[in-house]
Amino acid sequence: MKTIKATLTGLSLAVSLAATANIAQAAEDTIKVGVLHSLSGTMAISETTLKDTVLMMIEKQNKEGGLLGKKLEPVVVDPASNWPLFAEKARELLVKEEVDVIFGSWTSVSRKSVLPVLEELNGLMFYPVQYEGEESSKNVFYTGAAPNQQAIPAVDYLMSEAGGSVERFVLAGTDYVYPRTTNKILESYLQSKGVAEKDIMINYTPFGHSDWQTIVADIKKFGNAGKKTAVISTVNGDANVPFYKELGNQGISAEDIPVIAFSVGEEELSGIDTAPLVGHLAAWNYFMSAESEVNDEFIDTWQTFIKDEERVTNDPMEATYIGFNMWAKAVEKAGSTEVDAVRDAIYGVTVPNLTGGTAVMNTNHHLTKPVLIGEIQDDGQFEIVWETSGGVIGDAWTDFLPESAKIIADWTSPVKCGNYSLETGVCSGQKYE
Amino acid sequence: MKVLQRLAVLVMLCLPSLAQALPDDLGQQLLKGSWTEREQLASTLASSPDALSLKAAQLWLDGELFVLKSSKQLVLSVKEDKRYRVTDLVSGADLGLHKKRAIKKVPLNNKLRGLLRTTLSLQNLQSPNKDLRREAIENLLGDTSAESLALLNQVQQQEQNTDLQALIATGLAVDALESGTPQEQIKAAQQLGDSNHPVAAQALLAQQANTDDQALLAAINKSLADIEQRRRFYGAIENTFFGLSLGSVLLLSAIGLAITFGVMGVINMAHGEMIMLGAYTTFVVQSLLPDHIGASLFISLPLAFLVAGATGVLIERTVIRHLYGRPLETLLATFGVSLILQQAVRSIFSPLNQSVITPEWMSGSIVINEMLSLTVNRVVVIGFSLAVFLGLLFVLKYTRAGLSMRAVTQNRAMASSMGIRTGQVDALTFGLGSGIAGIAGVALSQLTNVGPNLGQNYIIDSFMVVVFGGVGNLWGTFVAAMGLGIVNKFIEPWAGAVIAKILVLVFIILFIQKRPRGLFALKGRAIES
Repeated sequence: MKTIKATLTGLSLAVSLAATANIAQAAEDTIKVGVLHSLSGTMAISETTLKDTVLMMIEKQNKEGGLLGKKLEPVVVDPASNWPLFAEKARELLVKEEVDVIFGSWTSVSRKSVLPVLEELNGLMFYPVQYEGEESSKNVFYTGAAPNQQAIPAVDYLMSEAGGSVERFVLAGTDYVYPRTTNKILESYLQSKGVAEKDIMINYTPFGHSDWQTIVADIKKFGNAGKKTAVISTVNGDANVPFYKELGNQGISAEDIPVIAFSVGEEELSGIDTAPLVGHLAAWNYFMSAESEVNDEFIDTWQTFIKDEERVTNDPMEATYIGFNMWAKAVEKAGSTEVDAVRDAIYGVTVPNLTGGTAVMNTNHHLTKPVLIGEIQDDGQFEIVWETSGGVIGDAWTDFLPESAKIIADWTSPVKCGNYSLETGVCSGQKYE
Repeated sequence: MKVLQRLAVLVMLCLPSLAQALPDDLGQQLLKGSWTEREQLASTLASSPDALSLKAAQLWLDGELFVLKSSKQLVLSVKEDKRYRVTDLVSGADLGLHKKRAIKKVPLNNKLRGLLRTTLSLQNLQSPNKDLRREAIENLLGDTSAESLALLNQVQQQEQNTDLQALIATGLAVDALESGTPQEQIKAAQQLGDSNHPVAAQALLAQQANTDDQALLAAINKSLADIEQRRRFYGAIENTFFGLSLGSVLLLSAIGLAITFGVMGVINMAHGEMIMLGAYTTFVVQSLLPDHIGASLFISLPLAFLVAGATGVLIERTVIRHLYGRPLETLLATFGVSLILQQAVRSIFSPLNQSVITPEWMSGSIVINEMLSLTVNRVVVIGFSLAVFLGLLFVLKYTRAGLSMRAVTQNRAMASSMGIRTGQVDALTFGLGSGIAGIAGVALSQLTNVGPNLGQNYIIDSFMVVVFGGVGNLWGTFVAAMGLGIVNKFIEPWAGAVIAKILVLVFIILFIQKRPRGLFALKGRAIES
């Protein structure tokens, strides 16, 4: 027992030392940037990368002279994949560390847990992950994809001739808020496109589901009916590997029944034997294989920073990159890091995205950016097979659910609301002055 | 387009091959062309009688055809220590080492892949290999154009294999059902009723919606009913197999716990992490021996046993030994150990999942007929879990070490006074349980993710199985694992995966209320203490 105690004390000492090391460096004249990503627990697998991305961006910005003549100083905290802890850590960042901006969060539930803190203390957060929409907070900028920037174009692609003119759809998802909302939107979108109810199969599985035999057998039967079938997958995280393995083992190839995923990117693929996945699809706003000079440069900087020539980049990293650059640009435009000034300055700011075009921040706090469809290759990269002709404006409230079609978000005058009903003219839900 | 391809193949079957070179700017066309242009190139290449074109098409399909960006040559590339050794496709000349960005893989999407595969496989209608011929015939099945029909008729006369003859007959029947005389249609409908191929049911359903002929409709309905009945029958077999397979996974993950918790009575929350250590051992072995993936699992088994077993002994000697008889403290301490192990793995290997490759011999499925096929990896895991179970039973029943283990756990004081070193036996027993968990990790690495969270996903299920089966009884664990697996898989099709899991848990809770000691309760005085 003594030994454990000793180890534990040692561990906690080391942790607190590491934490204070950051604070000790703080000089008077710096701009503090909070990083709120889980470094331990289940979400560490995805979020650690984003923490490193922010650190890399800060290092790069500092080399170029910082912002407003001041150096940027990162303050990294670990909310440990624990949703209530996200709120606590956000409060710590805003009150104790007095950071000027936060980059953070991955899951929707962690974002929802941070929201009240941000709104109470008037903080500013950039959220870099694709999500289910139906939200627009004054204090959050959403640089990941809204459903109309990922799910809807994915369906359009599948129904097009190039995508195989799919007529039957399986909507498979993990059982939580993002897949449920996305599938609700997709179902109503598919029906509006004339897909009959019997041609849509919806299936939910628990987190980390590893026994896909029955579901894959069902998908196979569903696909044997003669019409071209595809799976739209909102299966999250770890459950994907066994899912694709089972598809491969039961002999379903991407040519028979393609799976288009919204949560599988380069990073997830780097932990998978990709042989059974070749040809399956993913919809994102960025792929590492995108050919552009900014992208080559970004990949080089990243691999040098992380000291690993094989390390991949992915979509949430691009969203972090765009968010960081937009914030920096807005700070320079406003001449201050004060939250209200930055917010007013950021609308309409454009920064280059990594796929070659430019991203624009809209007044609903969502981006305009292109949507790409990629096919998984055996080297764990994506072949870009289709992209939207221009940028797609992120829609906070989807047009494909009757109750949210009439709601808009616009944080400039005269609306100044994230949840404004065009029908009644009332701003409900998150109420601000 | 399709007609052209089929014609080309028909011609080819009769004519000797003509020499024809690849166009010079093919690389440029493939790289810069639109997807439609690439489709045209693909079908030209794959139906060309020229060997080089066919080779190029095959390489393209396999994703091994590259274009050197600087000269737009078609090349092959082999990875050599972070660079790529590039050779010219046509001449085979060595073009030196290049960075990854200097070459570009010839783009390939699902449509092209399908097109290339179908067209190329038509070349195999005459192949001596039965599986290649089957694939070629499969490609002709759904297609009722006159050319495919001609090809089918042609191969029908040559085909000797009865399975393939049946397949061809199905293809011809599909065609007869669609466009034959009324008598032929009825005959075809009856014939299709005996086929298990999905094409048969599809054709019957399509014709059912199209025809007004009562006699034909009756024949179609009868055939569809036959097919449906067989589908149900094979579905039930398949479900049982799924259940056994889930059961074997449960058994594997729980069997180590059946010893540490079941026999020793230690609530070991770090059990899942022992499984994780076994899985990571597999990963390390595979990365050390990248050329021997097929053998890696066999090498990993003893290593995983040793790694996890040694860790188990270490945990027992340093932590658990001091806490015997204090279940709450043991639970907390082992929970702490599990967190430490997880974070250690995160620090050493990164928090990302690691890629464990499935060897060739464990991929794919055993096809019994078109309605029933069993996946190889599951069959292997079922067999493996049985072997581990029986092996463990043997060790406990028939070896001296097993005898001491049972003696110590049943009556520590008596065993001690008979000269058994109880401390040593405790450590060994815990090590054995942990080692078995490590072995389970090797098997599970083939079914699921290898990451720091691997163990957590199995710990609840493991406890569930051991408690349900009856603490202290290996047979109980076996029956509980298989029973729960099968029950789960029979509920799942109509209730969904989420509800199935909940129902099983509710069932166990109710069951434990009624029989607190599980399915097979140990009897006697030993249990009372």
